[in-house]
Amino acid sequence: MGKKVAKEVSIAVAEAVAQCNVDVISAYPITPQTHIVEHLSELVANGELDAEFVPVESEHAALSVCIGAAATGARVFTSTASQGLLLMYENLFIASNYRLPIVMVIANRSISGPISIWNDHSDVMTTRDAGWIQLFAENGQEAVDLIYQAYRIAEKCLLPVAVNLDGFTLTHVVEPIEFIDDELLKKYLPPLKMKYKLDPRNPITIGAIGIPEIYTESKKAQDEALKASYPVILRAWREFARLTGRKYNPVETYYMEDAEVALLIMGSLAETAMNAVDYLREKGKRVGLLRFRLWRPFPQREFIKAIGKVKALGVVDRAVSHCSTGGPVGIEVRSALYQSNKRPRVVNFIAGLSGRDVTVEDFVEMFERTYQALKEKPKAAYEIYGVKE
Amino acid sequence: MIEITVHGRGGQGAVTSAELMAVAAISEGKFAQAFPSFGPERRGAPVKAFARINDKPIRTREKIYKSDILVVLDPSLPKIIDIASGVKAGGVIILNTPLSEKEARKLLKGYQGRLALLDATKIAIEVLGLPITNTTMLGAFLRVTNLIDEEAMQEALKQRFGKLAEKNINALKRAIKEVKIYE
Amino acid sequence: MPRNEGLMSWKDLAPGMYILEPGNSVKFRTGDWRSFRPVLDKEKCIKCGQCYILCPDGCYSEDEEGYFVPDLNYCKGCGICASICPKKAITMVLEEA
Repeated sequence: MGKKVAKEVSIAVAEAVAQCNVDVISAYPITPQTHIVEHLSELVANGELDAEFVPVESEHAALSVCIGAAATGARVFTSTASQGLLLMYENLFIASNYRLPIVMVIANRSISGPISIWNDHSDVMTTRDAGWIQLFAENGQEAVDLIYQAYRIAEKCLLPVAVNLDGFTLTHVVEPIEFIDDELLKKYLPPLKMKYKLDPRNPITIGAIGIPEIYTESKKAQDEALKASYPVILRAWREFARLTGRKYNPVETYYMEDAEVALLIMGSLAETAMNAVDYLREKGKRVGLLRFRLWRPFPQREFIKAIGKVKALGVVDRAVSHCSTGGPVGIEVRSALYQSNKRPRVVNFIAGLSGRDVTVEDFVEMFERTYQALKEKPKAAYEIYGVKE
Repeated sequence: MIEITVHGRGGQGAVTSAELMAVAAISEGKFAQAFPSFGPERRGAPVKAFARINDKPIRTREKIYKSDILVVLDPSLPKIIDIASGVKAGGVIILNTPLSEKEARKLLKGYQGRLALLDATKIAIEVLGLPITNTTMLGAFLRVTNLIDEEAMQEALKQRFGKLAEKNINALKRAIKEVKIYE
Repeated sequence: MPRNEGLMSWKDLAPGMYILEPGNSVKFRTGDWRSFRPVLDKEKCIKCGQCYILCPDGCYSEDEEGYFVPDLNYCKGCGICASICPKKAITMVLEEA
């Protein structure tokens, strides 16, 4: 076990990226991602990291640079948030279809309007269909570990990986972090060797047109590739646990063994929610907590298994899907349940928008409301929690 | 778990002092968190920074509404902010002020709890040559709370300030001697 | 949708639908798209090579005497060469039926 050091999570993430020996970094600064790329540019400028830092005029260009560099077989990194992610949007789909092992940190922030720099998941939730592997960190340690794992997963699967990290709530917090040592990392993350890459000595074509006679096949192949990443991700986590003792699962559970009512949440607020579980357990309530660490590929089997015998499930979304059948997570959870034989009542809360604090008390209330759903079916498909009427 | 709020103005180092508390605590094997009030940074505007220190892993992402320890870097802040409303029962306010106990309690709207006073601006000007009081007030914090060893804090200052650490350590030491505590 | 319209099985695609065989456009003879064919008048030609540079399909090449001649297997008959020729040495002639 290494020593825990105090680091701002953004700085720790940048140092983990540097440990992974990236070749090319291209990013455009945007709050709350700024400290990550700022620190990486410092490391490159100081000569501590032998990489090309490509400053660009926009996020669209940042991801374009990463696509180009990754296509030549370079290990690349970028990071963004909110409007920046939206400016990258068209390239996200290209990166995944071209099977490029790009790693990106999204310092999750709400989307304008109204303009906001604070944390929720509305940015990443617009990219659910982009074909990236999507991971969510709960705390600083996970954020760092997910960086190491993201490179291994991306390079084994030849797919881009997004590591989601709550803006401010995680990026701007100093907390104890344990890095894995470089020798161990070398074992875990071998140098990137791509079988097919842009190389003048051995020319290939990347980005050929998908005429109607081949587009469907290309999309099927991409879909199967993302599906096939699932066991690779599990193996990467098993291997990580073997080396560090730190265990990672697609769906994390807390007191789910005998739970009759549970909440499901993604990202760092799950930590706060655990305190609500502790509080209610002390009062004899059989409550539990679920958290998706892996969002894409969607962990269908693990999710169905993890909900055990819950009779009511409260899904806490951190983004709005206006006038849809739920929040983004709520929609998918209901859909996943429909494919199984389990039918707990689902209550869908949309909470913590744009950095609005969600306290232990709030989670206790959400648990109580989910209990009520046992008696009475919720009136609406979703509700915006805590809104002032 | 101990929760701490540092009140200051943008540019006075409130965020840095909260971070230094966490760095020193973690170096001692404790668990800690430090974070700013999330948002744009504005020089001169009243700002808050926060820290949590615990013997066990800290598992909450809530904001801090009431603190066990309140550190006020700027003497003028109690005039515009109701500082005392942010302290938990049994907590302590550590105030940078040249005022007497009686005057200070009046300024804090009749606050009757534990109070520590230090003219940190005077020390900072004399020792650092600047009215930046964060490291001086850390000295008062060490003495009043006994949460962190002085040595661990000195080490954190060295890491953070390099060559400038020595002056800051001198200010810290003076603060430890000069802070006055009123139960 | 007609079945089996796909060119090949998705399983046989290279990752990312990369095309691994370089220079395969040679197999794609675009010459039969042509309705007009460029014809060079060697009397007027000064061998400046602008047709060679500007041909969008790259089908011009230099012959032994230094004239630039199009490969009619690939020339689509766009007429750019005739249009830019400074000596009007290239004429577009209707292909016979």
